[in-house]
Amino acid sequence: MKKLVSAALAASMLTGVAWADSVKVGFVTTLTTPAAVIGNDMKNAVDLAVEHMGGKMGNLDLELIYGDDGFAPDTGKQATDKLVKQDDVDFVAGYIWSHVLLASRKSALDAGKFLISANAGPSPVAGKLCHENFFSTSWQNDQTPMAMGEVLNQNGVKSIYLMAPNYAAGKNMVSGVERTFKGEIKGKDLTKWGADAQLDFSAELAKAKASGAEAIWVFYPGAAAGAFIKQYHQAGLKDVMPLYTSFTVDAISLPKLQAANFESVLGSRITQQWDPSLDNAANKKFVSDFKAKYGAYPSFYAAQSYDAMMLIKSAVEAVGGNMDDKDGIRAALKAANYDSVRGKYSYGNNNMPIQNFYLREVVADADGNWTTKVVATVYENHQDPYAAECALK
Amino acid sequence: MGHLDYALLFIQTLNGLQLGLLLFLVASGLTLVFGILDFVNLAHGSLYMLGAFVCASLTFLVGNFLIAILLALPITALIGYGVERTIARALYTRDHLDQVLGTFGLILVLDTLAHLIWGPAGIAIPLPAWLDGQIELLPGVVIPVFRVLIIVIGLLTALGLMWLVNFTRLGMLIRAGASNRTMVAALGIDIQTLFALVFALGATLAGLAGMLVAPITEASIGMGNNVIITAFVVIIVGGIGSMKGAFVGAMLIGLIDTLGRSFIDDAFKLFMEAEAAESAGPAVSAMLIYIIMAGVLAFRPQGLFPPKVR
Repeated sequence: MKKLVSAALAASMLTGVAWADSVKVGFVTTLTTPAAVIGNDMKNAVDLAVEHMGGKMGNLDLELIYGDDGFAPDTGKQATDKLVKQDDVDFVAGYIWSHVLLASRKSALDAGKFLISANAGPSPVAGKLCHENFFSTSWQNDQTPMAMGEVLNQNGVKSIYLMAPNYAAGKNMVSGVERTFKGEIKGKDLTKWGADAQLDFSAELAKAKASGAEAIWVFYPGAAAGAFIKQYHQAGLKDVMPLYTSFTVDAISLPKLQAANFESVLGSRITQQWDPSLDNAANKKFVSDFKAKYGAYPSFYAAQSYDAMMLIKSAVEAVGGNMDDKDGIRAALKAANYDSVRGKYSYGNNNMPIQNFYLREVVADADGNWTTKVVATVYENHQDPYAAECALK
Repeated sequence: MGHLDYALLFIQTLNGLQLGLLLFLVASGLTLVFGILDFVNLAHGSLYMLGAFVCASLTFLVGNFLIAILLALPITALIGYGVERTIARALYTRDHLDQVLGTFGLILVLDTLAHLIWGPAGIAIPLPAWLDGQIELLPGVVIPVFRVLIIVIGLLTALGLMWLVNFTRLGMLIRAGASNRTMVAALGIDIQTLFALVFALGATLAGLAGMLVAPITEASIGMGNNVIITAFVVIIVGGIGSMKGAFVGAMLIGLIDTLGRSFIDDAFKLFMEAEAAESAGPAVSAMLIYIIMAGVLAFRPQGLFPPKVR
């Protein structure tokens, strides 16, 4: 009996061998821990992308394998190792968190795989650690807060208090704002981050208020977003210290904030390279199909993940499904010749997008659901500040 | 740092007090269970989480947060009783390591159960408008009303526990059990019921803490796993099995952690470069409570207020 079972298993594994008519994509995101809300949004977008492309990239069948990074660098690296070594994927994509990406990138790149970041953009991967097989469909961490600094200057804000979590991306975000903001930084707080992140900001909010800063800027992705906004609202700071945020208020946190009636968030301002209201055909289709399928607006994480899948598809189609033509795939990825939901963009020497950044405001849509809309364009064709540090031409 | 801002110091002290009281609610249950039942319950944090989730669901069902708390408390007590009967009772006679393994497994089961029932996203609890505002206690000292509520409920619970432990028969049995469990059993007291009651009480206290914290942060999966570590630090510092120790330990840890986060980077700036202070400050304030625990273990390993043991 045992021999029969082993033989059957061996036979089934033989049929699972990757023939030349399928392309394998590994997608690493956070599927456990409270941060899984982001991972699920990305997964929804990727599933929608697979549906839109009919499960095929060109004439190849798409085999999609998800990996869970558990919001920890070592788990993310293990997930990447499995995709690269055991599943032998052609493309590795995903990565919400900068510290997970930094820990995992070597596993994918050293094995000659193409690595597409659909979110994380720590400065090393755009600068000294840039690599010809690494591409981003998001941004470099400093860019979005740099746009925010510019907005603060335009709004005549003279002093600000900064708060962010104490990890790679938090520090990038803070340095991004500091790069462009011309006023005085009254104080800075980097709070404890990780699986047991600090979620009670009473001490820091008291410090912020006491500092006398005109406004407060924060970067608190994931679960911390709701917690911060709640406490900001309960501290009654809306009229005392207007709130500017980066990657804190998004389509994931807004429904929860609306359900709990935290009106302080309406009218707050965000900068991003994408918004659900952007007027191009690809975005309209993406947003309406996402809403129809999942009952909520997609977040920027979702938009970037959708773009990552479409970018990979464009490269596979450009080489006619010949996965051995690495140079051809690389050139096709670099050309970014696909309909991105943010509109047309190009890649710089470090394979980071050169793109527009918009000022968005939190509003209620025609159905009364809280979402965002574009108010102005802050930067046109903006390139990240680390491109010069990259050795690639 | 220029002149000492007394209003800020007062506010941060109140914040530390509030954190301390929340820690006390969790640690008091833990110290009772560890001290009297000699049972290491890692899943205590999961009871904190379940209390938060049950209260969240009830708030949406009933429409009023305070009524939801009153309804959720007995439910949490029942859940605690259920855990005691099925899991804890089987492990009392076993080694501490077996209890750690068992309750760790329970954490995973309860986390997944919460995931199945409430989904992966956290639940934000809406508060009535009068709890969402601020109150000016003294000129220049403005605090969110809800935090004052936490302090009030925390202090009332602490007083209630002090009365229970020191002035009732049940409290006498609890103190006796903490000192010498075997003797209590030998004197003919129904240990089974006593243990079940203590466990359920501990679960209710943890659940109450979860219910009070959820409107500030949110009810989310795994929220108990972080607080349980701090709770263990508190009871080690305060003395295992001692309610007074849990209270003093919790206040100490809460105040030091909050005041550390508030003022350490400014203190460091007095003798360090601003950039170094900004990196070192958060790192050191995160480590402070463990440094204190290490100190207590080194110089007074039985804790600050250990129960008198014969």
